[in-house]
Amino acid sequence: MKKISSINDFVIKFANVNGSGSASANQMFAKGVFRSGIPVSPKNIFPSNIQGLPTWFEVRVNEKGYLGRREGIDISVAMNPQSYGDDIKELKSGGYLIYDSSWKRDFGREDINVLGIPLTELCVNEFSNPKQRLLFKNLGYVGFLASLLKMDKDIYISLINEQFRGKEKLIEPNVKALEIGYSYAEENFKDFCDIQVNKSNKTEGLILTSGNDAAGLGCVYGGATFCAWYPITPSTSLAESYSDYSEKLRIEIGTDKNKFAFIQAEDELAAIGMTIGANWNGARGFTATSGPGISLMSEFIGLAYFAEVPSVIFDVQRGGPSTGMPTRTQQSDLLACAYASHGDTKHVLLIPSDPNECFDFSIEAFDLADRLQTPVIVLMDLDLGMNDWSTKEFDWDDTKEYDKGKVLSKEDLDGMEKFGRYLDVDGDGIPYRTYPGTHPNKGAYFTRGTSHDEYARYTEDGDKNAEVLSRLLKKYQTASELVPKPVFNQEKSTSSIGIIYFGSTDCSMQETLDQLDEENLNVDAMRLRAFPFNLEVWEFIEDHDLLFIVEQNRDGQMRTLMMAEGGIIPDKLVSILCFDGQPITASYIKNKINAHLSGVPAKTA
Amino acid sequence: MTYITKPINHHPRLESNKLGLTRRDYEGSVSTLCAGCGHDSISAAIVEACFQLNIEAYRVAKLSGIGCSSKAPAYFLNQSHGFNSVHGRMPSIATGAAMANHELLYLGVSGDGDTASIGIGQFIHCARRQLNMTYFVENNGTYGLTKGQFSATNDLESKSKYGDENLFPAIDLPSMAIQLGASFVARSFSGDRDQLVPLIKAAMCHKGFSLLDIISPCVTFNNHNTSTKSYDYIREHNEALSKPDFVPLGKEITTSYEPGESSEVSLHDGSTLSLTKLALDYDPTDKIIAIKKIQESQRDGKVLTGLLYADPSAKDLKEILNITDQPLNTLTQEQLCPGKSALKDINDNLK
Repeated sequence: MKKISSINDFVIKFANVNGSGSASANQMFAKGVFRSGIPVSPKNIFPSNIQGLPTWFEVRVNEKGYLGRREGIDISVAMNPQSYGDDIKELKSGGYLIYDSSWKRDFGREDINVLGIPLTELCVNEFSNPKQRLLFKNLGYVGFLASLLKMDKDIYISLINEQFRGKEKLIEPNVKALEIGYSYAEENFKDFCDIQVNKSNKTEGLILTSGNDAAGLGCVYGGATFCAWYPITPSTSLAESYSDYSEKLRIEIGTDKNKFAFIQAEDELAAIGMTIGANWNGARGFTATSGPGISLMSEFIGLAYFAEVPSVIFDVQRGGPSTGMPTRTQQSDLLACAYASHGDTKHVLLIPSDPNECFDFSIEAFDLADRLQTPVIVLMDLDLGMNDWSTKEFDWDDTKEYDKGKVLSKEDLDGMEKFGRYLDVDGDGIPYRTYPGTHPNKGAYFTRGTSHDEYARYTEDGDKNAEVLSRLLKKYQTASELVPKPVFNQEKSTSSIGIIYFGSTDCSMQETLDQLDEENLNVDAMRLRAFPFNLEVWEFIEDHDLLFIVEQNRDGQMRTLMMAEGGIIPDKLVSILCFDGQPITASYIKNKINAHLSGVPAKTA
Repeated sequence: MTYITKPINHHPRLESNKLGLTRRDYEGSVSTLCAGCGHDSISAAIVEACFQLNIEAYRVAKLSGIGCSSKAPAYFLNQSHGFNSVHGRMPSIATGAAMANHELLYLGVSGDGDTASIGIGQFIHCARRQLNMTYFVENNGTYGLTKGQFSATNDLESKSKYGDENLFPAIDLPSMAIQLGASFVARSFSGDRDQLVPLIKAAMCHKGFSLLDIISPCVTFNNHNTSTKSYDYIREHNEALSKPDFVPLGKEITTSYEPGESSEVSLHDGSTLSLTKLALDYDPTDKIIAIKKIQESQRDGKVLTGLLYADPSAKDLKEILNITDQPLNTLTQEQLCPGKSALKDINDNLK
């Protein structure tokens, strides 16, 4: 029988029933590999459901640090008879299928290795509590895998100890469950599997965390004192991360009172309204949402744009349109966010590519929002937001100071002859603002979404209104100079072919670029990190004859932005699009590029 | 002409308050509402209340949505920051603003369309959360700016100026607010200044969500003889529960009453709302009595006004959320940023 043979490079997929407690065991498996020093990228592929439907958890283990999803499964832990059919199909020839052999079955494939462990029987024999009998099957297969892959069992024992710190009596039965699976494999499948996890040191300086966790922490570090939000997958855990970290890091010593306000709003309209209200009054506030929430918030986003109130919005994108695929990933809110709201509006977008950058960009978002007095939308996606990534440790420079932008103090106002809220004093399109309650008789103004003049007075004078709109365009130009610059994969462009990509595509793209390099195809690549596009972006486009724009949406939205904002000739921009809700893979990108170059045109959208 | 600034010159011997300010100092720009609009009387009552309470205007934030009522904040308190937001969403702006700095006085001005239709969700949740603000509903039963459509507070039997029948019953905002947990609820009439000014003062001094539902006739679209929100109709059907008198902290209540004729509501800041009872069996601290009385007066075709309900001991949102006493918008980076040292533990926990 053929067996896949590999060290520290494989994909394992767990098939479970959702609501059965499998996710935390699967997480633990991934973390055990990470603790063994090998980067992992676990991905939870879950239904929009509480209990009873099939759910999968895919872990890519890769010593080189390739963290994008990879097609083909090497090991399948098939714990859900409902999905056996699909699970068998995906397994590569020579792969390993692990199943609960309490009920024996023939899977009808001769080219795979079937490993049965009677988990149900073993757990029924060992545990008397019906709930435990079910739950501990999960840790049973983790133990089984630890033996099969020749991993250090103690890593899992310490993980169990850490997980149940404070609930010590749960440690013993969990360890027992782990041992049951481990011993069964030792006795029945010793040296059977040719896939192994060997200890390495490739996770030094890395942590395992999700973009939502990172962004929530970033908001704490960025000085946010206010969060209003409405629960929506996949952004919920971002708001919760902010709340959890605030509960630890933002309690006033002596009074036990909160140095933050956290409000679950009645809907997304209220969430953004509260966020704007807090920022208007000088607190740093944010909201977190997903596509449907952006649609609902659009009216208010236009108000914040036109009345020039800072605000930070996280959009953790999911599959659209409409309710779409709430538990699948996409990058399909670019246009909805870039031009959110009626009338002429354009917004600042920040697009992080991994949890470390989610942390950094959260902090940056508050500085930019305050500096530019406008909404800043941080565009993430479900894959980046909800899945754990092996990412660089968070870092913070204690000498860094928040940039609260152009805010006039009482003393500033005292020294001023006349204050005009919307006067472009510095010529950068950014006016000065005051917080309510600052000065007894100077600096008060009326914030409004209706047309207004430089002194914030209501006006129906068309020229005055056009002046304000034009100044906002100047501010937008200033924004393009302040937002994060793109990241280039080469010091200098040397090819006539360029690849443009952004966000969570990064991890697969690094692998694609290495693959293309091995095939001796010379390409340049640029990762976009923000909108409006800065000069460097336009130069890169200018410097190349053919550009592949890699996006996880149907319509090539980033390409549309480039055409709309820079007047780029459409023929030059070739879309590579993936919109099936699964994270894009390296081989998908590479195949599309190769096919296009050999005469099979990829979409020009 | 899109705005009219009032001339700043005024009579040298105008009465001034403890801050040395005159009523003129609490005014705003010239109103562009229709002559005789009830909303202008409410603005004048707000000016009077702020003058009498010696309020520093710059410590007030005026917030509104969209509609005739929502234009009103431009017509009082020129030295206050104002925020004319989007239709029906003033409560959310107020919530964020008040969380950022709980030390300002928040006046929300809304109308019946802005509150009872498009904004009813935000109104409900704002009341339920006990946001410390005074919420004015300038209630005229009609959409003025779009020329006279029925609003959701228009009574079923009240026909339009053009004779159209109203098909749906009115939403009663005070009863809703009481049920939702609002801790100060009153109804008044723009034409009854003696009742309105003390109620506004008390509402401003109350800590928690104060609703003032003020019937404010629309002279252009809803002041005809088949309307139940006309000046004449309200004057004829007004059933006042009590005559309110606002007694500031440190002042004694001097009027003497027969037992059972008066009651006092002690407010958070030490001031008192003294009520000369007109309905002797009424207790404004009892929710059930309040709701029953409102229902009865509706049944009898009356417009019940005065202090309907008050719970001076209720907690407000800041207390419920256990937020620090220092306004959040004044916390410094040192107070907010955990710094590099805390990050080490966080990183270690994620390994």
